[in-house]
Amino acid sequence: MSKLMKLNLKVWRQKNTQSAGNFEEYKVDASPDMSFLEMFDVLNEQLIETGKEPVAFDHDCREGICGMCSMVIDGRPHGPKQGVTTCQLHMRSFNDGDTITVEPWRANGFPVIKDLTVNRSAFDRIIASGGFVSTNAGNAVDANSILVPKEIADEAFEAATCIGCGACVSACKNASAMLFVGAKVTQLSMLPQGKPERQSRVVAMVNQMDAEGFGACTNTGACAAECPKQIPLSVIATLNREYISAKMNGK
Amino acid sequence: MTLESKIPVGTVSDKWTQYKSSVPLVNPSNKRQLEIIVVGTGLAGASAAATLAEMGYKVKAFCFQDSPRRAHSIAAQGGINAAKNYQNDGDSVHRLFYDTIKGGDYRAREANVHRLAECSTSIIDQCVAQGVPFAREYGGTLSNRSFGGTQVQRTFYAAGQTGQQLLLGAYSGLERQVGLGNVKMYARHEMVEVVKIDGKARGIIARDLVSGKLERHFGHAVLLCTGGYGNVFYLSTNAMGSNVTAAWKAHKAGAYFGNPCFTQIHPTCIPVSGHYQSKLTLMSESLRNDGRIWVPTKQNDERHPNDIPEDERDYYLERRYPAFGNLVPRDIASRAAKERCDAGYGVGQSKMAVYLDFKYNMTQRYGRTEASKLNIANPDDETLIRLGKEVVKEKYGNLFDMYKQITDEDPYETPMRIYPAVHYTMGGLWVDYDLMTTVPGMYALGEANFSDHGANRLGASALMQGLADGYFVIPITIGNYLNKEIHTKPISTDHEAFVAAENAANERIKHLIGIQGTRSVESYHRELGLIMWNKCGMARSEKGLKEAIAEIQALRADFYKNVRIPGSINEFNPELDKAGRVADFLELGELMCVDALDRNESCGGHFREEFQTEEGEALRDDENYMYVSAWESKGDSWELHKEELKYENIKIQQRSYK
Repeated sequence: MSKLMKLNLKVWRQKNTQSAGNFEEYKVDASPDMSFLEMFDVLNEQLIETGKEPVAFDHDCREGICGMCSMVIDGRPHGPKQGVTTCQLHMRSFNDGDTITVEPWRANGFPVIKDLTVNRSAFDRIIASGGFVSTNAGNAVDANSILVPKEIADEAFEAATCIGCGACVSACKNASAMLFVGAKVTQLSMLPQGKPERQSRVVAMVNQMDAEGFGACTNTGACAAECPKQIPLSVIATLNREYISAKMNGK
Repeated sequence: MTLESKIPVGTVSDKWTQYKSSVPLVNPSNKRQLEIIVVGTGLAGASAAATLAEMGYKVKAFCFQDSPRRAHSIAAQGGINAAKNYQNDGDSVHRLFYDTIKGGDYRAREANVHRLAECSTSIIDQCVAQGVPFAREYGGTLSNRSFGGTQVQRTFYAAGQTGQQLLLGAYSGLERQVGLGNVKMYARHEMVEVVKIDGKARGIIARDLVSGKLERHFGHAVLLCTGGYGNVFYLSTNAMGSNVTAAWKAHKAGAYFGNPCFTQIHPTCIPVSGHYQSKLTLMSESLRNDGRIWVPTKQNDERHPNDIPEDERDYYLERRYPAFGNLVPRDIASRAAKERCDAGYGVGQSKMAVYLDFKYNMTQRYGRTEASKLNIANPDDETLIRLGKEVVKEKYGNLFDMYKQITDEDPYETPMRIYPAVHYTMGGLWVDYDLMTTVPGMYALGEANFSDHGANRLGASALMQGLADGYFVIPITIGNYLNKEIHTKPISTDHEAFVAAENAANERIKHLIGIQGTRSVESYHRELGLIMWNKCGMARSEKGLKEAIAEIQALRADFYKNVRIPGSINEFNPELDKAGRVADFLELGELMCVDALDRNESCGGHFREEFQTEEGEALRDDENYMYVSAWESKGDSWELHKEELKYENIKIQQRSYK
């Protein structure tokens, strides 16, 4: 068993959406093999044992795919390591004696529910506005009847790996959701199945994104740098291109 | 009550076609008057909600996560089976049907499994039409790979993220219907009670997990698509929130529970590393296409795996099961790993692990093929590794990265260490051919029902079943019930049954939070999990099961005396949510042991130590146990009902993969 690390935590506590929040300080002993969320489990057990309220945080699959976990760790969404979610971040990425600051995603589009938990339903509404192919079950032709070149399929897949966690918004100084929207627009505009609606889709999704209060993109690239699935910045270029082309077609 | 499975008459291959063309329909204008509640938004729930809404029904969908896109189907890795025969390797609907029945150790219903195999091909078409980016060949056709328990390549995949891509497809269909106003979505809501009126399911009580408030929702029918109950073991590959609560409330309200002891232990998971461990991570079965499983031939061998020469390695699956090798079904691979570790050949710090090694296929299979493409004669080892690594990376890159992230070891260099872990539950709510439970109007779809996988599920068949149920089965079968409901006007939620159900839920929650003892919910869950794993896990015995039942009863009594739930009811309180779920697991765990004790045979994932062949294989007892156990809740105890299984199209034999 590896040696325990002594950590100081500064954690954002906020009772509900309406109330003001503040940082609280805690001490936790953690094993380097623990995930960051398991370290929070230990903290919460301590809090419960001493009659205090545990820290509320979102988490579910704990294997980096559901997109539920969301912590800003020392100022960075999902912490210091590239290409991993908070649940896949291990304490070996920290040092004995470190002080770690943990906050929720901060964006107008993601109001805090409690402590480190935020409301990301804006993303669902963006998808509902156009992030789909309009096809009903039972309509499909044989899957191999429309060939898709491997390079196209691979690129569409790369964009489709977005887990909708919102780290891109959290990382952006404008709280822009362009990487999220760009990923879906790229996936569906590349594939033949998504082409019939590509123009109406991009316009509807961008309109909804704006209505949700997400900011504009100023090309700093923080979103792609912090994306745990490493969605490339090029999806934003695709989004812009698709949008301009749709607008020029009077959509 | 007698169990009516309502299997249509006729030959097995015609049943579904006949059924579809003769089942009563609901006309479009009547559909608009009928309301359906869908609980859970994984593959089964999202596809059902979207499809029913497309057909014109009014749908309300519920999930406990913050978005329907996060249901745990998202984490399925390896793939989805379909009898497309795109590889020209002799696959057919019949073969998929046969493999699934045999894989389930002859404990699944023939008619349901045949229907599943028939629907499988349409699922792939549907998903491609939605823009699901499956893996493809250079010519633009879809790519396939092999999974355990089959000898054809029928598994479609999207790298190691197939579940994610399929769920996002179903989710996009669901959100489209939300946008069109046909589905009302309730995220961060948990179903806590069923509402029954005149014996029929007429709605649910749901708790808004943000405000803590209870809500009443009416529906002409209720669909439970709430997944499996593997988290009863505490440590499993399930998500932290995966739970049995909705299914358990349905069970308490009259739905029989089918084969609760049939749980799947997946052979290739990352081993437990410490007492703080909160969950286990799966390494996809697809890895067994190219990974070879072995242990040292010497006990307690402390050498680094790369230093152990070839002739001192025991590739025990290839040795014991030459016909299927590393691709034997999950139950068999898991037991074989346990057998080697129990015998002292395990590896790693805990000695409870075996190696999954990619070196041979990386170099000799892929490295050589790539070298040959590049016309490199006599490539050296370094070249083979370099070239092979690229191929392996494309196939399994995300899984290798995940393994490295968790263990801090590089699987491209060192074999993975793996050990079995709880993954899936074949058991679930008993349903008839229409997927209806024993409560009229209440259905169970996907992993939440018991129907298609018998005593062991084959890899890449869970995604197939979830989507078959949601896209193609329930849209047809629900008409068989709803055609008789077209005169039922929506019932006011002021009806006494709604009031009573809400009161019951409210009392239960108040009671739980009022206990204010000393122990955390988590500590009870962990203790329950340990009892289940040790005594109702990979190997079970009469003695162990009897002990487990007593221990669970005692733990449950203690829970209601000493649990401490902080915070209050009417707020966002994840500890309270968890307490409700653990309370239900504390009852379910007992039923699982009761069921395992009743079944005096070994079959599939259910292995009773008393019943094994001389070679240590599962010993079925077809004469006495060829039935589905359907348990009826009687308050503090259960009554067993049996659905006899009839095999008219498949010859029953001892399952062999040798």
